[in-house]
Amino acid sequence: MPLETYRIPVGTWVDTAVDWMTDNLEWLFDAISSFLSALISTLESVLLWPPAFVLVLIVAAIAFAVKGWRFGLFTAVSFSLIAMMGLWREAMSTLSLVLVASFVAVVIGVPLGILAARNERFSSMMRPVLDLMQTMPSLVYLIPAIVFFGIGKVPGVVATVVFAMPPAVRLTELGLRQVDAEVVEAGEAFGAPPLKILTRVQVPLALPTIMAGVNQVIMLALSMVVIAGMVGAGGLGAVVFRGVTRLDVGLGFEGGLSVVIMAVFLDRVTAAFGQKASKRVSH
Amino acid sequence: MSAVDVQGVYKVFGHKADAAVEMLRQGRARDEVAEATNTVPAVIDASFSIERGEIFVVMGLSGSGKSTLVRCLNLMHPPTAGTVSIDGRDLMSLSAQELRRMRAEKISMVFQHFGLFPHRTVLENAGWGLEVRKVDLVERNRRAAEALELVGLKGWESSYPGELSGGMQQRVGLARALATDADVLLMDEAFSALDPLIRSEMQEQLVSLQQDLQKTIVFITHDLNEAMFLGDRIAIMKDGRIVQIGTTEDILQAPADDYVRSFVQDVDRSRVLTAGSVMEEPLAKILVREGPKAALRHMRERQTSGLLVVDKKRRLVGAALDDDVIAAIQRGEHSLDSIVSTGVATVSPETPLADCLIPSAESRLPLAVVEDGKLLGVIPRVTLLTALGRPNGNSEDGAAASSAAAEDTPATDDTTGTEV
Ligand SMILES: Nc1ncnc2c1ncn2[C@@H]1O[C@H](COP(=O)(O)OP(=O)(O)O)[C@@H](O)[C@H]1O
Ligand SMILES: [Mg+2]
Repeated sequence: MPLETYRIPVGTWVDTAVDWMTDNLEWLFDAISSFLSALISTLESVLLWPPAFVLVLIVAAIAFAVKGWRFGLFTAVSFSLIAMMGLWREAMSTLSLVLVASFVAVVIGVPLGILAARNERFSSMMRPVLDLMQTMPSLVYLIPAIVFFGIGKVPGVVATVVFAMPPAVRLTELGLRQVDAEVVEAGEAFGAPPLKILTRVQVPLALPTIMAGVNQVIMLALSMVVIAGMVGAGGLGAVVFRGVTRLDVGLGFEGGLSVVIMAVFLDRVTAAFGQKASKRVSH
Repeated sequence: MSAVDVQGVYKVFGHKADAAVEMLRQGRARDEVAEATNTVPAVIDASFSIERGEIFVVMGLSGSGKSTLVRCLNLMHPPTAGTVSIDGRDLMSLSAQELRRMRAEKISMVFQHFGLFPHRTVLENAGWGLEVRKVDLVERNRRAAEALELVGLKGWESSYPGELSGGMQQRVGLARALATDADVLLMDEAFSALDPLIRSEMQEQLVSLQQDLQKTIVFITHDLNEAMFLGDRIAIMKDGRIVQIGTTEDILQAPADDYVRSFVQDVDRSRVLTAGSVMEEPLAKILVREGPKAALRHMRERQTSGLLVVDKKRRLVGAALDDDVIAAIQRGEHSLDSIVSTGVATVSPETPLADCLIPSAESRLPLAVVEDGKLLGVIPRVTLLTALGRPNGNSEDGAAASSAAAEDTPATDDTTGTEV
């Protein structure tokens, strides 16, 4: 007898749950929505407030400060290119989405990682959830996000947070677990309370690993934000999407190139912070 | 009141720890209990008290429960049963906060792999205990620098641990423990990770620091030579149980069982045992004022050909030999003064037996053990040879040998140590 006859309506159950949530948790979604859109629009207007070349200089200065003049020069040139391709506004929109989503993902993910490192049971509960979050095709997150938050930037950010968070949790947990047990014991043996050990010993020593997690979060966020751009989050994703739908290879390439430029910048800068952190602990 | 008092302490890892303790108390074997309850009985019925200023060494094979036991003393591993008191205060009755206070002020710890904070400077590491106690920065740095100076690290304050050698890192660990002025120092294999030479250097430094500081030290090691060098008393652990507690001499002369015997059989006894630990009551001695006739009578009674001569305060004056005594009698002298020879071979109670061999061989009389001019005892050659030639030491004359204090135990120059 074919198994198909026993249709299990998993989809229907999920729909029911989503319906229930839209009916009963509307206040929560509204709160999240207004918080996120305020954050996004503030950041976006800050980024767009100065003329593009000023911001290019600032970004290049950051690049110079963390990695030296070659990277600074590269950043100045490449970000100027974005502006000169006429994609500055879209790029800044994408950047603000990435930064907000990464910020939220880290703010939620790092404490979850800390909890997981301290509690075996929580850790084993989190593990399959994180696996699921990472293996689920990223587009799938957009569906409930749109259902709960409508079309626009907020669902894009929410989907991105969910998609980009796992490395923050995982690498925070890993980093904390890797801290030498004897060093933690040394904290305890002198009567330090748990919070002090966490903030003064464990987190500083786990920081290189946590920063590697942050780096991954940002890279995942960037890739997801582009996808989210296709469904109304705007920014470079929308540019790419337009290129695809109109079979406009040139436009698609310009959008894609801008994404790559931002990815390189964000990656190198966060990686450099990670290196700084690890230099501090490996004295 | 003892500085540290441990009574009937059990530490069993696992869910059914209490059931396991109950079974162990009924006398069931460790393995049997471990299997039946799916637990690890790491410490079984440990009891001992440590006096202030004492170095108490816990020695045993890897896995015998030493680390667990020492962590029971500051409740980093709360005992499953039994009591631990520091200065008469039962630690188990303290609240979490009081316990942390105790750790910050009274008990500190030194770790096998140093347990230093790599992201903090040497000074910040040394000041950790004070920082925990919320001592203000200036005072904290002053005391941390003081502790660093004490261990010989002046000038390294602003370095990071990773920039120091192993021995120096452990000095930071020691400074961190000393900076809090804690009375009790727990040292879990503190020197085991160091090179042999550095290691014996650290042992000597600890002993000399201890002379000034008079801390109560619980020192864990798996190295018998280290145990004997440092320990006022040594507790030997096996499979979670303490099988013997005693001074170096107690353990060498009267090992409690085959396990302990197997530990001590490789020890270079001539280096570890001291003159003071094997000396005997001098029978062949005479007061200087007793005169030649009495001397002759003594010699006949003791069937010996020479006597040690002492004054009435038991200070060693010299020796009287039979031919000289007879000659003096023939000359009609009434005093021993004229015939006392001063060339008596003497050793101090701290002299290792290895250094007694040559004087003993060259002397007609038993070696005189002398301290501040006073005759404490003698070592006849047979006694010396017996003490050295008894690797499995079943002690016929243990009583005579047990009086020496363990701090007199000399350094062994075998720096590699006996790994057990
Ligand atoms: N946290 C723990 N959980 C379970 N078993 C432990 C734990 N710590 C130590 N043990 C076990 O207790 C026994 C004694 O270990 P330990 O005290 O470290 O011995 P030692 O320091 O003498 O090498 C060993 O069998 C060890 O595996
Ligand atoms: Mg150990």
